[in-house]
This record gives sequence, structure tokens and C-alpha cells, in this order.
Amino acid sequence: MTTTARTHQPEFLSGNEFSIPTYAVLAQDGSLHDGAEEPDLDQARALRIYQAMIATRVLDERMLAAQRQGRLSFYMQCTGEEAAVIGSAAALDDDDMIMAQYREQGALAYRGFTFDEFMNQLFGNEMDYGKGRQMPIHYGSRKLHYMTISSPLATQIPQATGYAYGQKLAGEGLCTIVYFGEGAASEGDFHAALNMATVHEVPVIFFCRNNGYAISTPSVEQFAADGVAPRAFGYRMHVIRVDGNDVLAVYRATQRARELAVKDNKPVLIEAMTYRLAAHSSSDDPSGYRSRKEEEAWRDKDPITRMRAWLEIKGWWDGDQEKALQDRLRADVLDTMKRAEKRPPPPLDSLVTDVYADVTPALQRQLDQLKRHIRRYPEAYPRGARSLDPVLSAADHVEDHAADQGGE
Amino acid sequence: MATINMLQAINQALDIAMAEDERVLCFGEDVGGFGGVFRATSHLQEKYGKARCFNTPLVEQGIIGFANGLAAQGSVPVAEIQFADYIFPAFDQIVNETAKFRYRSGDLFNVGGLTIRAPYGGGISGGLYHSQSPEAYFAHTPGIKIVVPRNPYEAKGLLLAAIRDPDPVLFFEPKRLYRASVGEVPEEDYQLPIGEAEITKEGSDITLVGWGAQMDVIDKAVELAEKDGISCEVIDLRSILPWDEDTIVESVLKTGRLLITHEAPRTGGFAAEISATIQERCFLYLESPIERVTALQTPATLTRDNQQNPKHPKIPETSNAPRNY
Repeated sequence: MTTTARTHQPEFLSGNEFSIPTYAVLAQDGSLHDGAEEPDLDQARALRIYQAMIATRVLDERMLAAQRQGRLSFYMQCTGEEAAVIGSAAALDDDDMIMAQYREQGALAYRGFTFDEFMNQLFGNEMDYGKGRQMPIHYGSRKLHYMTISSPLATQIPQATGYAYGQKLAGEGLCTIVYFGEGAASEGDFHAALNMATVHEVPVIFFCRNNGYAISTPSVEQFAADGVAPRAFGYRMHVIRVDGNDVLAVYRATQRARELAVKDNKPVLIEAMTYRLAAHSSSDDPSGYRSRKEEEAWRDKDPITRMRAWLEIKGWWDGDQEKALQDRLRADVLDTMKRAEKRPPPPLDSLVTDVYADVTPALQRQLDQLKRHIRRYPEAYPRGARSLDPVLSAADHVEDHAADQGGE
Repeated sequence: MATINMLQAINQALDIAMAEDERVLCFGEDVGGFGGVFRATSHLQEKYGKARCFNTPLVEQGIIGFANGLAAQGSVPVAEIQFADYIFPAFDQIVNETAKFRYRSGDLFNVGGLTIRAPYGGGISGGLYHSQSPEAYFAHTPGIKIVVPRNPYEAKGLLLAAIRDPDPVLFFEPKRLYRASVGEVPEEDYQLPIGEAEITKEGSDITLVGWGAQMDVIDKAVELAEKDGISCEVIDLRSILPWDEDTIVESVLKTGRLLITHEAPRTGGFAAEISATIQERCFLYLESPIERVTALQTPATLTRDNQQNPKHPKIPETSNAPRNY
């Protein structure tokens, strides 16, 4: 419905009538901006957030190195965006659904995904919940309400609207948060999702990580508008822009967004202004499209050092605790990586399971034929042949794995 | 048993499914109060409320994305795409998301509750964009099931099976038969099996395979062929994916001849897949080449659809050839 006054002059609006400010609470030195209020964030939760931020940074640094050593095929870092991702996840109920794009491992770390679980996915071994099918960083966990990552961009956005509509009908007071980058917001699925969310009054939070780049394409070549936030007006959606490197602002904004979503069935768009300090992925080299000077300017706004400064002012954290945490996490990453690397890949039979709920006769025939073929040419398929040999295969499976598949 | 048309049968199936399970939701463009442009969802909103039967904005990729999310959450969405010709904006959501949801998550998550209904096919003066049969595009994709009913009885039983199936199902409804196909349909709840073909007529000289509205065409063709003394065995494939190889193989081992007909254009149509499989499995029993009767390799037209489509006389004309081979 359009409710509008009548005019008799052909006056156009340009969009510049609206100016969306950036909500910021925490300065880089750990003090609060003038007039800003601290959110209701107790010590335990603040430290849980901070430790997840450090865990994510440590994991990212080590796994990129592992990729460079040739131990891992691919990796994507969250570096620079930890406050945006973890600060928002922390403002939710732990049973709320998270639908991520691919750079939100911090939210998963916050929810309690262990380094073992990360590593099993990264190395696609037999304990990977995804059964070695997807590229590294495509995590998922049913028990932690974190939807398995899918490479196509923005497909998760209308799915979040649908998921949250189901949550509303179920009446359990839960919502869904969906993460995406400012580049993915150019996809049609973004528009479809936001429009359907306000039309159907769905408890969903759309969280845009505006990190400046879609691989090499800067946001000024992605859209002419003032960021992504103004699009919310087109859907009559609540919207806020926050300093994405400011964990307190992100936390408070998401907390308020969750209230709007769950109590009032008002979907919300949050645009977090941040910066992808790392490359897009291990296959990317940012020196081809942006300056070191630009990167350094953002490194000075590191969200982790900013939060640490605040924690130290509060007296909740000190250098000794920092060192102990870093040492423990670095050791854990190495240990879990070594364990995960040694585990064998998932069994050959898992090639044909989960295509459908039950293996179809045609698929079973294809699998049987493949096994006959591998047995005939074992030298061409050393891993496959090994997994088909009962003695060698048993030797690979020395660990006794509980059948915990990230479910309940 | 009441005599009803295919739309009424579909409406009954939706009604039964919604009454039985409150997680079943019906939505799509004009599906709500209006009951759909073909009226397949008539009265469902009155009966089950706006939260469970509703209009969506006009955005197919959004409808299926939304439906994928709902199904992942545990709801049982029955999403309507108003015409199969307009399913392509949702192609990414179906092929990259719906079909791969279970596999890519190692079965942590699935969208098995999802059913996508879409009217397909020609014969209603629909021109290029209200006539297409897109089943072959989707048949190339592991992870989805594709079902096409031929009459009201089949439509009701297969749709109920599709809604309750643990895998996502694309349910293509032959819109030419929506009101034209009338038959006896039990009022109660029943299901027909997905993945199983049905031999609708036994015969000895040739096996004719089709699905959906083309079964009507085959029946007319059989009349012509049998006047010429050709005994036809007729099989309704019913499910395009997964498809029932064994039933067709057994029939062809008996008749030695196979003709497949579909409304979609020839190249890469599903007849090609059937043809390849049957020659692999029945080569020494085939007495003539496998034949295909399909639409021309052109877009559908408004004024020439009668000529370009696989009309019934084309079937005996083609099937005479193998008999004399």
C-alpha cells in the first residue's frame, strides 16, 4: 500500500534526503565515545566474546600458514571482522539459527565449535560432519544451530526468511540471523529475502558485513548508494548502521534488533562497516587491487585490540591472561591439526549416501560398478583401494569414533 | 467414489495434508485468498488461515529460497510456481540448494519436506512462455525427485506421497488436463509410490513410454496402432527422477521395441536418457532402433503448437517404422 500526499510540482528525490549515521560506542583506546552508553554486557559474556575472537584469529593465522605449507587445499580468514561476527552472535539466544555466508567462523567458535570440529571439516576426514564433500571452511552444526555453509552467494538470505517464518509459527520465541557481504547484497536473492521478510513479518536479522571488497571489487563499484543500509527503506524495514569493529556497538545493536524481531516480528537490517584485513581467500592476493597504506589504516582499527583495551580498563583482563590464552590456543590448534590430518577420508560408500534419504537402486549399481573398477585398477586409486581393503582400512580406523554428527 | 477433475484432486490432496499436519504450508503467487490462478489452492486459506496458506511477492527465487529455509526448519512447505515456464529464476535455489542440502551437510540438515508444484506443458494456447516442459533440466540434478501425474487419481495419490516423501519433490502438473481429465477418485487419503512406473496397458509388439499429459496422447495413438494390428504395451513413467529402469527393461525384453514420447523438445530430453539406458541393458533383445517422438527443437508457438507438438498420429507413424525394420 502506498500512503502519500499529493504534489503539484514535478520534484524528484535523489536519495540524499536520507543520511544513515554509524552507531559507535567504543573508541580504539578502549574508552567510550562521548555520549555513548555501555551495553548490558557482563564479565562472563564479555570474556566469552573476547576468547572467541582470539580463538578465531589464532585459528585463521595458523590455517593460512598450513595452506601455504601445502597441508590444506584452501582457507578463508575472518581477520578484521571478528567484532562484527562474534559481537552479533553473542547478542542472540544460543538456540537462534545462524545462516552464514562463509567468513563467519567466529560465530561458530563463540557457540562452542571445537578446534577438533573445525579441523575435521578443513581436512575433510572421516569425522567431518559434511563427510568430506565440501571445500574447507564449509562448516555446519545442528546442535549449535549453525546451518552448513553453501558456496553460492546470497542463497542463504531468502532461506533465512523462510527459516524464521517457521520459527515464528512454531512460537518458540527464536529468530534467525543471516550474514552476507556487501557484494552478495547485489544478488537478487537479497532483494527477495528482505521484501518477503517485511511482507510476512518474519523474525529475521539481516547482517551485512560491509568489509569494503567483494574479492577485488571495491564497494564503490558494487553500488552507487550510500552503502547497503538505505535499501531497507524500500522494504519499510528497520535498519541500523554500526561500526563493525566496535564490539559493543555491534552487540547492543544486535540485541535491540533481536527484540524487534522476536517480540514485534519486525525484521531488521544491520550494516556493519568493517574491513577485510586478510585476502578474500588463500587463492587471492590483495596487493593487486588495494594499497598497503589503506590496509595499515584499518589495521590501526583492529577490533580485537580495541576490545582488549576496554577489557583491561574494566579490570577484566591482563597481559598474563592474554599470554596464557594465546599459548594454550596455539598449542591446541597444532595438536588438533595433527590429529585431523592423520584421520582417513570418509568411507567410499558415503559417496552415494545423503543424495536422497535412501540410496536409490541406480546409485547402488553405480557404486558397485565403481568398486569393481577400483579393485581392477588399484594403482590408479590408491586411497580408494586402501579403503576397500579390509585389513588396511581397519588399520586406518584406529580411533573409536562416537557417532556424534553434530546433531542431537 | 466421486468423479472429479485433476484440479479438484490436487486440492483434495492439499486439504488432506494440511488437515493432517499443521506444519504443511501452501504458498506462491496468487495462492492465498484467490486460490491460485488455476484454483488448485481454493478455500485452503479460509480453512487453515493466512499463516498457512498465503500469497507471496512475485519472486520465484524468493519463493523457493523461502521454502528451502522453511523445510530446513522442519516445516512442510508446498510451494507453487505459477507456470513451470517461470521456474527458472529459482533454478539456482533448486539445483544448488534444494538438491544438495542433505548431501553437502552430511545429513545434518535436509529440505526433504519440500514439494514444489508447477503446471507444465502445452495445449492451452500458451505460446512460448505458458507451454514448456522443463523436466529434463532438473532430471540432470542428483538430489531431487520429479513426479508427473497423468490423471486425477494419480495426481492425488502422487501429490500426497510427494508431500510426505523424505526428499524434495518437483511435482509437474499437466495443466492441459487440469479440467479436461476427469475420473473417479476416492475421497479418502491414499498414496501412490514415487519412483515406480505403471504399466497401464499390456501388449506384445512394442513398448510405448510417456508421462503426464502425453499419456492421453499415447492412448489415442494406441487406438490407431492397434487398428493396424500392432499390440502396444503402455508404460506411464510417473517419476522422472528417480526413474523406474527395471519396469521398462522387463517390458522391452518382452516386446523388443521401444518408443518414448515427451512434450519437451528432442535434444537432451528425458527420452534420450531412457533410450541410452535401455540400449545398454537390452541391446541383444532390441529388434529395431529405439524411437523418440517429441516436440520439434523449437520454442513453443501460439499458432503452430498443434503441428510442432508430438501429436498422436506421429506415434504410430514412427512405431510402424521399427515394426518393419
